[in-house]
Amino acid sequence: MATSVRAERDDSLPPAAPPSSPGSRRRRSSPGGLRSRLYRWDIKAIPYVFIAPFFLTFAAFGLFPLLYTGWLSLNRVELGGDPTWKGLENYTDLATSEFFWNALLNTFTIGVISTVPQLLMALGLAHLLNYRLRGRGFFRVAILAPYATSIAAATLVFAQLFNTDYGMINGLLDWIGIGPVDWESSKWPAQIAISVIVTWRWTGYNALIYLAAMQAVPQDLYEAASLDGASRWRQFISVTIPSIRPTILFTIIVSTIGATQLFGEPMLYGGSVGISGGSGNQFQTLSLLMYEKGWVTGALGQASAIAWVMLLLLLLIGGVQALVSRHNRKKLGG
Amino acid sequence: MARTLETPAPVRRFGQSAGRQHHAGPLTYVLLAVAAFVSLFPLYWNLVAASHTGERVVEAPAPLLPGKRLLDNLTFAWNQVDMGEALVNTTVVAGLVALSTVLFSTLAGFAFAKLPFRGRGVLLSLVVATMTIPPQLSVIPLYQIITDLGWFDQLQSVVLPSLVAAFGVFFMRQFLVEALPVELVEAARMDGAHSLRIIWHVVFPVARPAMAVLGMLVFVQAWNDFFWPFIALTPDGNPTLQVALAGLGAGNHSVNQAVVLTGALISTVPLLLVFAFLGKHIVGGITAGAVKS
Repeated sequence: MATSVRAERDDSLPPAAPPSSPGSRRRRSSPGGLRSRLYRWDIKAIPYVFIAPFFLTFAAFGLFPLLYTGWLSLNRVELGGDPTWKGLENYTDLATSEFFWNALLNTFTIGVISTVPQLLMALGLAHLLNYRLRGRGFFRVAILAPYATSIAAATLVFAQLFNTDYGMINGLLDWIGIGPVDWESSKWPAQIAISVIVTWRWTGYNALIYLAAMQAVPQDLYEAASLDGASRWRQFISVTIPSIRPTILFTIIVSTIGATQLFGEPMLYGGSVGISGGSGNQFQTLSLLMYEKGWVTGALGQASAIAWVMLLLLLLIGGVQALVSRHNRKKLGG
Repeated sequence: MARTLETPAPVRRFGQSAGRQHHAGPLTYVLLAVAAFVSLFPLYWNLVAASHTGERVVEAPAPLLPGKRLLDNLTFAWNQVDMGEALVNTTVVAGLVALSTVLFSTLAGFAFAKLPFRGRGVLLSLVVATMTIPPQLSVIPLYQIITDLGWFDQLQSVVLPSLVAAFGVFFMRQFLVEALPVELVEAARMDGAHSLRIIWHVVFPVARPAMAVLGMLVFVQAWNDFFWPFIALTPDGNPTLQVALAGLGAGNHSVNQAVVLTGALISTVPLLLVFAFLGKHIVGGITAGAVKS
């Protein structure tokens, strides 16, 4: 916060000359001649030169494609063909397509059953790591190791572990006395398996983010709580969690964005039927449907419409989250 | 992908031990041991599976101990399915992306942190806002562009869109706002140093630790990136490791799973080695970069 105040103040005392006509500028810079003109140019233009690579890259590979996708979504476009105007037809087609609603629902359910346990476990782990520990470096690196694994590698390994016929997980369940679970073609087991992959890869990462936030909670808050007789659990709920709320909100937002884009895990988990999200589309996500529309069916207009629906969804989620956090802040302030 | 963004939260410095009040009890160790086991076991089992025959991997009691086929599988994956070439491609891509992201992010981060210019606040908010745009929104035109340019299946189609990232710009800005005193920049200017000199002699030395962390984070991300490379490259042409793995995994049951998992191992081990040696720094970097306000 303090930094942004300072940033604004910096703006108000710039050594750079105010904008002026070319004539007056020449007169003013004449004492120093070329050198000082170069110097002044250096001061005024160099910030823009420094930020230019980002904005040029974003314009070329982010903004332009984003808008062009929006335009394509209003057309019928075959792979390699010319677009013909269709207006909102692609969107109305989506609204009546059961595949779209199926994919939307799958994206939502997989997102929930991967994000919620992931963040809860990360909170718990961060709390444990926050104790005075022996071997704390080992534990941190160990729980971060899955983050070093790619989507592809992790999914291929888990696809074997979850294999219905010979996988170790069914072996374990069998040993406990629970019958084998069909982790591939049954809807919920398949979605759970995919969520396990996502959760496995990201829990440690989120735990470390929480840990860093927890270590910044002022010690005196805990001391005051202890004096009031609060148990450790009570302190965790009433001191730790409220203190790191901005971080929690942040991880929720980031995980939600990630879950909305889920692609690699379901695709590779499904093997030969991965692109359609399983033999019965039981784990087809929006990203998978978009890919299937665009690159298998060749209907790029439809695919573009799905992409824009994803953007609208994210904006909606972002709006809701902003409202919720403002509501919370008001409640606290009032 | 978007997960390596950062968050607003009031945090001092990572590793500060002031907040750690209680000694851990036995239950804490048990729970953490379970978590460490769950984290590490799939990686261990990947090694186990890569050291058996394809037939053994898909037999009912799954193998728990390493077999003797690791070298054979590695040789096969390296020569027959070209994981070696994919490894080289991935190293080149991730290296270039990391280098250029670190360089451009440092320049832009420095401008946003310390240089006064018109529109700075708005432009910085714009940088942050772009972080939430999913890659799905640009891949269709990007695909058309790279096909038109004849870049399909060429590595530059993966490198160029990733030359610099909003995450990096923001990360460096956050670091430099605190780490680089304005007086240092002003003093250098007084001495007549032009901006490039200031970058070289003032900004880079101060920013070096953050540049190292950012480099590692971006390298890991570029190494593991899947969605766009999967569209822009083909498993049989110029794949990165992830694309090659997707090619191996597809078609599932007829494939030798030991070789598939050997490929997965090849893609994972280099990063795990990096983590084993630089783990502490990466952990520190993720947490510091992720949570600074």
